[in-house]
Amino acid sequence: MDSGRITVVSANNMSMVKLPVAVEMRGIVKRFPGVLANDRVNLSIKSGEVHALLGENGAGKTTLMSALCGLYRPDEGDICLADGSVGGAKVVDIGSPRDAIQFGIGMVHQHFRLVHNQTVSENVILGLADTPLHLDLKSVGGRLLEISERYGLPVDPEAYVWQLSVGEQQRVEILKLLFRGAEVLILDEPTAVLTPNEASELGNTLRHMCAEGKAVVFISHKLDEVMSFCDRVTVLRDGRNVAALSTRETDKKALAKLMVGREVLFRLDKSEVAFAEGALSVEHISAFNDKGLSALHDVSLSLAGGEVVGVAGVAGNGQRELAEALTGLRKVTSGKVCVNGQDVTNQSPLRFIRAGVSHIPGDRLGMGLAGNLPVSDNLIMKAFRHRPLSVGPFLSKTAISQFSDSLIEAFDVVTPSRNTPARNLSGGNQQKAILAREIATGDGSGDVGVNVLIAVQPTRGLDVGATEGVRRALLEQREKGTAIVLISEDLDELLSLSDRIAVMHAGKIMGLVRAVDANMEEIGLMMAGEAS
Amino acid sequence: MQRITSVILRRYIPAAFARGLIIPILAVFTAIVVGSIFMMINNYDPLAAYGGMLDGALGSKRAIARTILNSVPFVFGGLSVAFAFKGGLFNIGGEGQLFMGAVAAAWIGVTALGIPPWLHVFLSLLAGCIAGAIWGGIPGALKAFTGAHEVITTIMFNFIGIVFAGWLVSKGGEGQKQGPLVDPDPMNIVPRTAEIAESARLPLLEWGREPMHLGIILALVAAALIWWLVWKTPFGFGLRMLGLNPSAARYSGVSVVRNTVITMAVAGGLAGLAGTVETLGRNYYFAPNFNVGYGFDSIAIALLGRNHPIGVVLSALLFGVMDAGSTRMQLNAHVPSEIIKVVQALILAFVAANEIIRYIYRLRAEGEEEEVVLSTGWGKR
Repeated sequence: MDSGRITVVSANNMSMVKLPVAVEMRGIVKRFPGVLANDRVNLSIKSGEVHALLGENGAGKTTLMSALCGLYRPDEGDICLADGSVGGAKVVDIGSPRDAIQFGIGMVHQHFRLVHNQTVSENVILGLADTPLHLDLKSVGGRLLEISERYGLPVDPEAYVWQLSVGEQQRVEILKLLFRGAEVLILDEPTAVLTPNEASELGNTLRHMCAEGKAVVFISHKLDEVMSFCDRVTVLRDGRNVAALSTRETDKKALAKLMVGREVLFRLDKSEVAFAEGALSVEHISAFNDKGLSALHDVSLSLAGGEVVGVAGVAGNGQRELAEALTGLRKVTSGKVCVNGQDVTNQSPLRFIRAGVSHIPGDRLGMGLAGNLPVSDNLIMKAFRHRPLSVGPFLSKTAISQFSDSLIEAFDVVTPSRNTPARNLSGGNQQKAILAREIATGDGSGDVGVNVLIAVQPTRGLDVGATEGVRRALLEQREKGTAIVLISEDLDELLSLSDRIAVMHAGKIMGLVRAVDANMEEIGLMMAGEAS
Repeated sequence: MQRITSVILRRYIPAAFARGLIIPILAVFTAIVVGSIFMMINNYDPLAAYGGMLDGALGSKRAIARTILNSVPFVFGGLSVAFAFKGGLFNIGGEGQLFMGAVAAAWIGVTALGIPPWLHVFLSLLAGCIAGAIWGGIPGALKAFTGAHEVITTIMFNFIGIVFAGWLVSKGGEGQKQGPLVDPDPMNIVPRTAEIAESARLPLLEWGREPMHLGIILALVAAALIWWLVWKTPFGFGLRMLGLNPSAARYSGVSVVRNTVITMAVAGGLAGLAGTVETLGRNYYFAPNFNVGYGFDSIAIALLGRNHPIGVVLSALLFGVMDAGSTRMQLNAHVPSEIIKVVQALILAFVAANEIIRYIYRLRAEGEEEEVVLSTGWGKR
């Protein structure tokens, strides 16, 4: 469209390395009302490398990449592309994603943009500018197979997208870009949706693509993956460059410090806590999932106050149903749930809340928060039924303001104001708001403390700084005598926080081990379904 | 021209207020402009037409009274749809609830109870409200307990309600029994109830010669009550949460079953009142043809009023103006009154497809600039 502004830049502007520069972004500035998202950011990506773009949530990674793939136009700064000649480069104006793909730049978004009722081939040609009147899907499929073999991306072109696993769908997204001749591929937190196995396969694919001379930008805040998949890394913090270095000359700890701006502890020390018996007892419960199939089978657990029991397992083995059964959100078909000796089996969620059961849901914006409501409304979500927040049939506006301001202050929720919609907070601050509500307010009556805390994937999607903060808060709560059920897929997290670890497989508890005695291999076997 | 309107609107209307109003106002404005073009193509004079409309709706005390009277059922109906919508429910059943309310109010109204007028009026209003509430509450209960979608069930309940109310006042054919509520006077061959007792009629207000009844006051009180209920009470808080994120609401202990039934019952009660005030204040009897689509217009009014009580009152008044003025428009400018229906439909099309309005006036999409993460980090503690 308006790609007229092309000037040739002299070669000596470019950095001096062996690999040719594929893209260079210089002095990119992007402002949003009240926020400077990118402040004179530079980024140089070379062909044949996987380049990590590392930063906390809200550091400006996605904004920067959106400028590169034509979703936003930067307020200042230039984007230069290699123009084929040796060392040559041109400044380009990328006005739309369509422009971007014409310049060979494409992005795989976190949420895939695929049509589920169409085949892989159909999805790949969808939106192509030069599709002929008569579609020859066979030849498209042939070309796809060729590409997929070349880059190690096995996919059946005739399969329907809904038949594919998440990992395979991601491959289709990558294939879409390769089919369009992309030279620079941007992957936005690609491993967030993948199992560890799929993630390492993706790593192989990335290597293949580099070998073919493609440039890959890998947006992430996961240090392990950055270290193992990427050649170079650019670190952003608060919208600014803080470092650009080779992964060979750095390590996890140093990267974490660059990213967060302070030392980060990966392991927290647990103090000794005197257990108080019988905080939560779960006896032989079974339950169905949403499809009416058996999801929990004869699960028993007993937690003392001040004890953390971790629940390990591959996603989809009944963890979600367990959390829901323990918070009243799901009916059990048999068995018994008692909190502090009080039988709450199949009571309403409100009864569970009144018994002192708090819940950090796995789906932060799906269940934990109403994203369109202001932060203050989200903070009073459980306590609003009681004084001082409501007096008879009246909500007290002043009490609500005071209450939410004090929580925002105490839990250090970074938000422009209590009236900001919760969806506009970063993931870490959303989680802080949930923690504040679940830990500090209980049911709002002030009569019951937090007896039991069900925490589901409490650090998922959070950057290292926020992760540490959440873990710290959980341990503090443990010291206050709360029984905590920690459901997580992160084994490191489970090992460092839990007193005991229960391993789930196919809705059953395969075994229960003390965290100090646990070994990874044993837990891994149980996760795969072998009884201890 | 477009730039100028948008600048004016941006500069002179407070931001928060404007955010809610700007699309409906521009939609109305655009619909009027497009309606004019439509008239000109058909060789009518749009200025004369709209002038006639305004004259007929607001030109005299009497006209204003008629406009307000027209607006009253719209306010109740619009509130009904808006309230349900706040709780995440879509009440298409206004039509049926309105019939049930009207016929129940007429039933109590024609019954001579020998009680003081204020009590008779009150009981008749209550009867209409309760009948509507039952007619809305049943689909609510069906949704809460069985998951049957309220859009389908309320539509079905429209048919049942309308036909049931019609049967209650039917004259019956050869060898058929009459409906139980039909006017017992054998001279009356129209299927309708008898006139309601004087004591059950809504008191008249002093306003010109046009019968201006208490209904408008009731409607404004209802709007204020609904506003208070939705935004200022714990119940309303749970209701809004349920509307915005049902699983978050359930998670924080809001009973979905209870709230769904209550919400639909309140919505039904409001729609029932729309029929009730028409019966007790204007017609003084119930006949199955009394209704001119208020139930369905209510959906449009709630939509145009952005599901806010103030918006509903304003858009109800606008619809009242259009309905009241369309006759005069036909007389003065010889423009068929159906053209007003076209303008109304255009308004709705523009509100529903507000992208068109945003495009014409170069408005930024709502929330677009807010999609930014406004906070980062885990603090510096």
